[in-house]
Amino acid sequence: MTTKSFAELYREWEEKTQQLLQKYPEQKERFETLSGIKVDRLYMPTEATKHDQEQIGLPGEFPYTRGVRPTMYRSRHWTMRQYAGFGSADETNKRFRYLLDQGQTGLSVAFDLPTQIGYDSDDPMAAGEVGKVGVAIDSLEDMERLLAGIPLDRVSTSMTINAPASVLLAMYIVVGEKQGVPANQLTGTIQNDILKEYIARGTYIFPPKPSMRLITDIFAHCAEVVPRWNTISISGYHIREAGSTAVQEVAFTLADGIAYVQAAIDAGLDVDRFAPRLSFFFNAHNHFFEEVAKFRAARRIWARVMKERFRAKDTRSHQLRFHTQTGGSTLTAQQPDNNVVRVTMQALSAVLGGTQSLHTNARDEALALPTEESARIALRTQQILAYETGVTDTVDPLGGSYYVEALTDAIEAEAGAYIDRIDEMGGAVDAVEQGYMQREIHLAALTTQKKVESGEEILVGVNRYRLENEQQPALYKPDPSISHQQLERLQALRAKRDNQAVEVALTKLKQGATGSENLMPLIIAAVKSYATVGEICNSMREIFGEYQPNL
Amino acid sequence: MNRPIRVLVAKPGLDGHDRGALIIAQSLRDEGMEVIYTGLRQSPAQIVATAIQEDVDVIGLSCLSGAHKELFPEVTRLLKEQEATDIIVVAGGVIPQTDIPFLLENGVAGVFTSGTSTKETADFIRKAVAEKEGQQ
Repeated sequence: MTTKSFAELYREWEEKTQQLLQKYPEQKERFETLSGIKVDRLYMPTEATKHDQEQIGLPGEFPYTRGVRPTMYRSRHWTMRQYAGFGSADETNKRFRYLLDQGQTGLSVAFDLPTQIGYDSDDPMAAGEVGKVGVAIDSLEDMERLLAGIPLDRVSTSMTINAPASVLLAMYIVVGEKQGVPANQLTGTIQNDILKEYIARGTYIFPPKPSMRLITDIFAHCAEVVPRWNTISISGYHIREAGSTAVQEVAFTLADGIAYVQAAIDAGLDVDRFAPRLSFFFNAHNHFFEEVAKFRAARRIWARVMKERFRAKDTRSHQLRFHTQTGGSTLTAQQPDNNVVRVTMQALSAVLGGTQSLHTNARDEALALPTEESARIALRTQQILAYETGVTDTVDPLGGSYYVEALTDAIEAEAGAYIDRIDEMGGAVDAVEQGYMQREIHLAALTTQKKVESGEEILVGVNRYRLENEQQPALYKPDPSISHQQLERLQALRAKRDNQAVEVALTKLKQGATGSENLMPLIIAAVKSYATVGEICNSMREIFGEYQPNL
Repeated sequence: MNRPIRVLVAKPGLDGHDRGALIIAQSLRDEGMEVIYTGLRQSPAQIVATAIQEDVDVIGLSCLSGAHKELFPEVTRLLKEQEATDIIVVAGGVIPQTDIPFLLENGVAGVFTSGTSTKETADFIRKAVAEKEGQQ
């Protein structure tokens, strides 16, 4: 390894950055404080130590502790991407169009639980859940309605879908085709992270092995056909919500990431073909500096894993890009307006941690789905941070803080120890099957609960500063007719489509599932025949079986 | 009463949030109760069948997906149908205050939402079971 001095590295960085600026200028020519003091792009030590050079480095450079881009938010703010979806495809489509009219450029689709678990709306297992936590999608027809009038060549769409990710992605590709948008122009993300479903979120269908195959089939198919699609969003969010610590969130998420990369390499894919399309999803909780340090540590660990362990050469393969959502489980049902303050601090930690996109929770989400007013305040919170506070004017403003750098190092070391432990168990898939992460998370959740009940951990409005006779605000009320309407539409579809064509497509899919060919083309064919999400998933259930957790 | 209180902690419907259910299960065990946890994705019929088979005193239902108004009354209806109304039903989750009277009218004995201490829930269960035994 050549040992360039930090001054030399900085000069090279400065040159590269200047070239980049010719092409992509920053939002302002000069950044300054309200007093007119000039704000520089980057602040650095006057004399760099070995630690500064190797652990902290420069933004946009390995190991990316200070961010994945050299200019960060001076060039472009994070994407404000609020997760939404409710009731029917038509209702959600109206909301999406409204959001796009308001200048939003990205969509984020919430699906209802039957869709997420591969049941049609008329399946007995779906009773009570249709259209509740998101939009109900049974077939391509629903997806056409969901995306009607939305230009898929210009709008990027994030879909929180995991076990049936292949099916919903297939639908998106087909809708694009019908709009005249070729697959290689589609942009968006599918969550597609099954390991954290077993660990923490619970919307799994198939056992780990066939699930990992579906994921690597998607990687391979997208690398060829949908190259701008983020094929997975490896998620710590739900691990944290289930009760983990910040260290566990980083460790288990990156261990899952390592398992996906290994699976794809084992399936014969070249690491630099798929790794640049991997993305991550983290939580932002209340302990402000630990959260900032967590994001910085995660970037550094991942860069080293990709470069040193998997020998990735493309620098984009080294870069951990992530979405953040503020912590749902930190919201209190008591005095819900206080949650606006919690969300603000959490969102700020994500921004200071260098997030690429952000969802801010609404104040009333410990009580119900948010009202329109609450959802608007959540979005405004991001806009205030982006446009009023000046925190975006310099790159990684907390870089070099003794405290934040020490926390970043500590999280890296402790998460690294967990990753080593999981490696010894045979990797994340084996650790999940043995219930290791699940147990660790449960123990951490119990510790937190005990601290709250003993008063050691203070929750304002819950175990301190309570109000007597508190009145809850007006909440969102779901439309009770949604389920009925969806069932009628599904029946009508089954009556009018070519059921023989559906049968043929499903039989081919089952045959494919017993072999080893890439299932994406077969799933796309089934979707085109208007086979439903439930029918497609049940066909795969027949071959793959269902996951049974150890209790 | 000489045997410990038996509780079935159950997740009706498709909701995957089980942090609360797992914490309640462990806390009630710590309070000396015998606790069975169903795991995720149980239909009301499965929950009632398990409750009867395991001869529990209490069913604790947890739901955070907003399906509580459909799923909880279905559990109490099936208990009635199977003449097992001696089993007390309590519930928790993301449940708006305005839905609580409806659930109480439909046979749920108590609703414990976010922020309730586990001790409070355990005390409620002990009292409710004692009252039930006094009636018999």
